[in-house]
Amino acid sequence: MSEREIAVRMSGVCKSYQRGSQNVPVLEDINFEIASGEFLALMGPSGSGKSTLLNLLAGIDKADSGIITVGNCNITSLDDSELADWRAANVGFIFQFYNLIPVLTAFENIELPLLLTGLTRRERREHVLAALEVVSLTDRMDHRPSQLSGGQQQRVAIARAIITDPAILVADEPTGDLDRVSAGEIMDLMDHMVSDFGKTIIMVTHDPRAAEKAHVVRHLEKGILMES
Amino acid sequence: MFMLKLIFRNVFRHKLRSTLTVVGVAVAILAFGLLRTLVGLWYLGVESSSSTRLVTRNAISLVFSLPLSYKERIRQVPGVTGIGAMNWFGGVYISEKNFFPNFAIEAEPFFDLYPEFRLTDEEKKSFLRDRQGAIVGRKLAKKYGWKVGDRVVLKGTIFPGQWEFTVRGIYKGAQRSTDETQFFFSWDYLNETMRRTVPRRADQIGIYVVGVANPERAAEISENIDILFKNSLAETMTETEKAFQLSFVAMTEAIMVAIQIVSYVVIVIIMVVAANTMAMTARERISEYATMKSLGFKWLHIATVIAGESLFIALLGGAVGVGLTFPFSGIIERELSQFFPVFRVELLTTFMQIMAAVVVGTVAAIFPVWRGSTITIADGLRRIG
Ligand SMILES: Nc1ncnc2c1ncn2[C@@H]1O[C@H](COP(=O)(O)OP(=O)(O)O)[C@@H](O)[C@H]1O
Ligand SMILES: [Mg+2]
Repeated sequence: MSEREIAVRMSGVCKSYQRGSQNVPVLEDINFEIASGEFLALMGPSGSGKSTLLNLLAGIDKADSGIITVGNCNITSLDDSELADWRAANVGFIFQFYNLIPVLTAFENIELPLLLTGLTRRERREHVLAALEVVSLTDRMDHRPSQLSGGQQQRVAIARAIITDPAILVADEPTGDLDRVSAGEIMDLMDHMVSDFGKTIIMVTHDPRAAEKAHVVRHLEKGILMES
Repeated sequence: MFMLKLIFRNVFRHKLRSTLTVVGVAVAILAFGLLRTLVGLWYLGVESSSSTRLVTRNAISLVFSLPLSYKERIRQVPGVTGIGAMNWFGGVYISEKNFFPNFAIEAEPFFDLYPEFRLTDEEKKSFLRDRQGAIVGRKLAKKYGWKVGDRVVLKGTIFPGQWEFTVRGIYKGAQRSTDETQFFFSWDYLNETMRRTVPRRADQIGIYVVGVANPERAAEISENIDILFKNSLAETMTETEKAFQLSFVAMTEAIMVAIQIVSYVVIVIIMVVAANTMAMTARERISEYATMKSLGFKWLHIATVIAGESLFIALLGGAVGVGLTFPFSGIIERELSQFFPVFRVELLTTFMQIMAAVVVGTVAAIFPVWRGSTITIADGLRRIG
């Protein structure tokens, strides 16, 4: 692994939540690395802290201690606003329930992250059309999420995740709400992202079929990362 | 642009909810506008009373009259330019329902004392010639279809009998705020009739209307008048017409203050309702806001989307409310002209209505904006998954 570039590195990361007066540890001393261009599947029982771990390295939650380096940026040192800018440029998100904005069309949902860039309307349009092509939804671009199937919605979400060309994609149970066929399509797309676009993917999943596509599978048990 | 599109689509997401909120705000803004107009007109009426006129009345109470002999003595007071005896007549036209103010006033000084009543020289002359002549306001004449030369009979209440008058003039107000619903007739007609029928009630004057050249000297002149009659049988109390009207309507002023308070209460109520609706809406969309944040949008973007929606709804309701205020005030002016001679919406009222809508939209947005912009992404996303 050492000769390849490191995409994500976590060292000594701890995270706990406050539940009432109680302090509930969720992640304890997490240390791991993901090489650039790697597809990693994170598995483990429900409540083991998978989503929390994913949120930490994607910069949408904050660690109590430890250092998280993504690319060559120590994201634990960024403040909220810097973190937002960093996310916009470096991370693409794929959620279990797609999280599309219901009042926006597929096209507009994909366009959304581009609004934070300095691109012109025309440039944005070109990018969105290209992304629609990648997820084979050009003919559905004017549909609202409610007019699309779950699999199609997730493809829109993938297009939205890659629209700013981030190095890293994080996916939290991307197939968790889909039937077998749609799930298969989504996994093929994810595979395509890694092999043809050189993305690094960290994916949380319960689905062994989905995990098969990954290069590396890691298990999280009660907040502790198992050796693979 | 995109944000506007998003705000606009969010507004129409729950059509029924948004429509009801818009209607609620519209009705509140309409009520606010009408109530404020009412209050404003009332104060305007008090304000538009002449500051070059004083009113001298019996110091004990309006119920007691003043002797006729005071007239010449008051006229001698330096600064006084004219004086006329006046009595509240309280006559009824056909039935009690048809209320309008009617007074007996001395004919000769009348036109000089009330320059805001616009009459032709012809009308003035024929009024002075006819003992039983009457001068009526334009609105009043219009309401009952009176024309110059028409006979009008009032039933006396304070002064018994059927009183017959001939309309000799119809006055137009010099300003929009001039009351055009009053009825005046010659005080001599009243006094002579009393002399014949109830002699002990003759030569009794309700009030003296006193003209002064310089309003700034009103206080001093008033004092000088009252000093004249100190320790006499009928001491006087002189004040500006405005002060006189105010004391007359002290009760009404309390009601006006109450109406003013109600007008604000209406706004507070709709504010609470709108705030509740917006909070409900924002709660439903919390995961969308979290998603936008995860994509790199910042709290200001989220605040814009939420506050934009709230303001859009409030301003739409406000616009409808302001728009409705004009036809409604027109209806009030037409149907209730005896109470509101002019029911005109002031520019300031319209401005306050718009401000009220802005305040409603802003206040309704405070809690949702705070929630939407402070919730952590991890928490927000958890709401659905
Ligand atoms: N915001 C939070 N407040 C309190 N407890 C939380 C919060 N987020 C997660 N947890 C707890 O942390 C643990 C791990 O959660 P999570 O990372 O979502 O698990 P997984 O994704 O593996 O199912 C769970 O016990 C969960 O209840
Ligand atoms: Mg999870």
